Amino acid sequence: MKNNTEKKISFGSYAKNVLFKNKVIILFTVLCIGCIAASNTSLNYIASEVFSRFGRNACLVLALIIPCLAGLGMNFGIVVGAIAAQIAIFFVVHWGFTGIGGFMLCALFATPMAILFGWLLGILFNKTKGSEMITGLVLGFFADGVYRLFTLYIIGGLIPYDDPNLLDRGFGLRNAFDLSDSIKYALDDISFVTVFRILMLFIIVVQLINIVFGSKKNMTVDKKESMGKIIASAIGLVLSFVLMAVPGISAMIGGTRLILSDTLRIAMIVYLLSLVIRKFALKRDITKDKLVKTAVLTAAVLALSYIPAIRDILKSVSISACTYAVICLFCFFNNWILDTKLGQDMRTVGQNRIVAGSAGINVDKIRITATCISTVLAAWGQLIYLQNLGTFNTVQQQSNVGLYAVAALLVGGASVQKANNRQAIIGVVLFHTLFVVAPLAATQIIGDSAISEYIRMFICYGVIAVSLAMHAWKKKDKKVVKKTAGDEENTDAVKSVIWP
Amino acid sequence: MEKLKDSLKRVNLPRLIIILFFLFIVLLAYVNDINVNSYIGSTIKYWGMWGILVLAMVPSIKCGIGPNFGISLGIVCGLLGSLLAIEFGITDMFNAIIPGLGPWAAIIFAMISSAFFAWFVGVAYGKILNSVKGSEMTVTTYIGYSFIYLMCIVWFRAPFTNSEIKWPIGASGVRNSLSMDSSFGGVLNDFLGFSLGGEGGVYIPTGLVIFFLLCCLVIFLYFRSKSGMAMTAAGSNPSFARANGIDVDKMRIKGIAISTVLGAIGIVVYTQGFGILQAYTAPLQMGFQCVAAILIGGATTSKAKISHVIIGTFLFQGLLMFTPPVSNKLLAGTDISDTMRQIIQNGVILYALTKAKGGSSNEE
Repeated sequence: MKNNTEKKISFGSYAKNVLFKNKVIILFTVLCIGCIAASNTSLNYIASEVFSRFGRNACLVLALIIPCLAGLGMNFGIVVGAIAAQIAIFFVVHWGFTGIGGFMLCALFATPMAILFGWLLGILFNKTKGSEMITGLVLGFFADGVYRLFTLYIIGGLIPYDDPNLLDRGFGLRNAFDLSDSIKYALDDISFVTVFRILMLFIIVVQLINIVFGSKKNMTVDKKESMGKIIASAIGLVLSFVLMAVPGISAMIGGTRLILSDTLRIAMIVYLLSLVIRKFALKRDITKDKLVKTAVLTAAVLALSYIPAIRDILKSVSISACTYAVICLFCFFNNWILDTKLGQDMRTVGQNRIVAGSAGINVDKIRITATCISTVLAAWGQLIYLQNLGTFNTVQQQSNVGLYAVAALLVGGASVQKANNRQAIIGVVLFHTLFVVAPLAATQIIGDSAISEYIRMFICYGVIAVSLAMHAWKKKDKKVVKKTAGDEENTDAVKSVIWP
Repeated sequence: MEKLKDSLKRVNLPRLIIILFFLFIVLLAYVNDINVNSYIGSTIKYWGMWGILVLAMVPSIKCGIGPNFGISLGIVCGLLGSLLAIEFGITDMFNAIIPGLGPWAAIIFAMISSAFFAWFVGVAYGKILNSVKGSEMTVTTYIGYSFIYLMCIVWFRAPFTNSEIKWPIGASGVRNSLSMDSSFGGVLNDFLGFSLGGEGGVYIPTGLVIFFLLCCLVIFLYFRSKSGMAMTAAGSNPSFARANGIDVDKMRIKGIAISTVLGAIGIVVYTQGFGILQAYTAPLQMGFQCVAAILIGGATTSKAKISHVIIGTFLFQGLLMFTPPVSNKLLAGTDISDTMRQIIQNGVILYALTKAKGGSSNEE
């Protein structure tokens, strides 16, 4: 009996704990559901809109995680990364490169520029330690001004840019920059098969390198395992060619977009099969528990996806294989870099600069590195964003990048000092759902659509203001506890000066 | 060598650059046959209009909070006061008693009512800022922004009934921009205004300048008083002030409340000079402009004087007035001034941030 109540209490406190930890997410989920209910719009539309926005924005939000963990707070300075991407686009489009080649060239040009900008930004952050966020914000505005000077007066003026299609009045770029003939959907249109083949080839090459160079260095490389991986990848590669010959399947995986319902079902089955194969054929250490759980989950997903209401939604959503693969890559990159020595140093610096400094870490250098990485990721993220959008406002496109990305990350439950991929992903989904439905709901309730822009912006700024205030509040509480002893001494000293 | 370094440190670099740049632009204007007199006139006019908004930075810097990026809270209160003055038809009401008194009554009503709102908003705002010591600048910026958008929603549905305020079609809400001609537009500007040097000379808006300088004097005297001294002490050395029995937190609240009230009065003066009341998102960047102006004048994020306000506002506004005609002459039909404002304004703030040594009290 006693045991039972104890369990209940512990469950209660556990639930309370979970609720408290996820309070921001829960609040925004409720808000989203309320807005969806009030908006009176079909779920199909909302779902497809949210998924396309997710593909566009996720990378920019993922670019914020590393500086956050390095103690730089929310990096509003990713605006400079976006600027690097846009400058690269101006020239690549001008030179007439199109498609994925043009896109890669953009990335190639944007990267060194982003590194340079990130380095400068890092130096600036090092000079303003403790107020990086306001610095990043003001720098965003400053960079905006310089960029405007560049696009409106210098391009075509000082820098020869002979392109009558893009220049107004002889110098300065046109207001809207159209990408539909150049790199629009360059990344989005890559089919699943291509991504799959690239992945398989990549695995083969990596394993071959492992075998060749690993043996030279006398490292204990499990050759058998590497060979197994190579064979599996080769089979996958062959299979992809075989499947492409089948008409129905080739349309499904060879097209530019994947239908979410098919993708979800197949992905779940493939995952289950791979677990089964690994357990029984390769005798890997996989618990029965996990197997059962996955099986149940697969069954549930399959069953749910055949319910008409859900099926319709899932069918209306099409996702781009390559863009989503890149998003996964960004997540892996964030995780990978945090496991390296550099990542460990970043975390140490993020927790306490003084301790990190006395442990022999070059704090300033680590902070600059973190800013550079973030800026480069932001540049790539902006490229992905723009190739999906297809047209952009030459002068102002970048100005809200930092704002939206930061707000999304904070909605996902991140704080100024702690953020991870999961929070970024959840945050993007919630924030953009709200972004889509809040204006619709406002239109339904108040009866005017003009107010929607104000509501959107209020949500953005409100979220940031509240979470920054909460963070500062918590920090102050900690400081007060730490400082009380020191403070008393201090006042005593002052007193003794005044009244000796 | 040491002396040279010392004097270099004392010279405020941005101010020096801006002064030289300003003189250069004025010279260019002379060379290019631009009517310099009229632009000097508008510089003086905008100097008076912006002056009080910039003056609002002084108490917030002196009480230790740093430049008040959230001056938009005061601005919104000022707009509310002005709108109420129009809504109640104060001008017509008093014009009926004594002709010509109306606009004065309206502007005084607007100032008093907006100062009243601003005091309460400022006190609440100060309480928030006391709990976020060390990150005031970031928090003030975002509170200011979100408050403006909140008020946008309010403006949109506010139950005003005066036909001058509400949308031509529709029952309520505030227009995007409404003329002040029928209420208190230009009342300070035109008071004793005269043209220096006869026809085509420099127009001096005497009433406006007198009011601005009067406000400066009041703030100057306040900081000579006991309460003002206490506030300065609380800002410059909190633990010393605490030891002397000064309630630092209370002083900070007082400082930010005065700043907010000045912001509210400032926007009323600005609106009467501008002749058009702009609600909605127009005040969004005003906070940054005010901060930049006082920093150009030579203030830092922790030290400010009245002279910084007077010099800084004049330089900044002068630069903004003179750039459009000059750039128009030199670059055929372009207006580079807004881009330049953005670069100068934010560049100056960045410079001040790097000199602030890690914010007010963040570094341990």
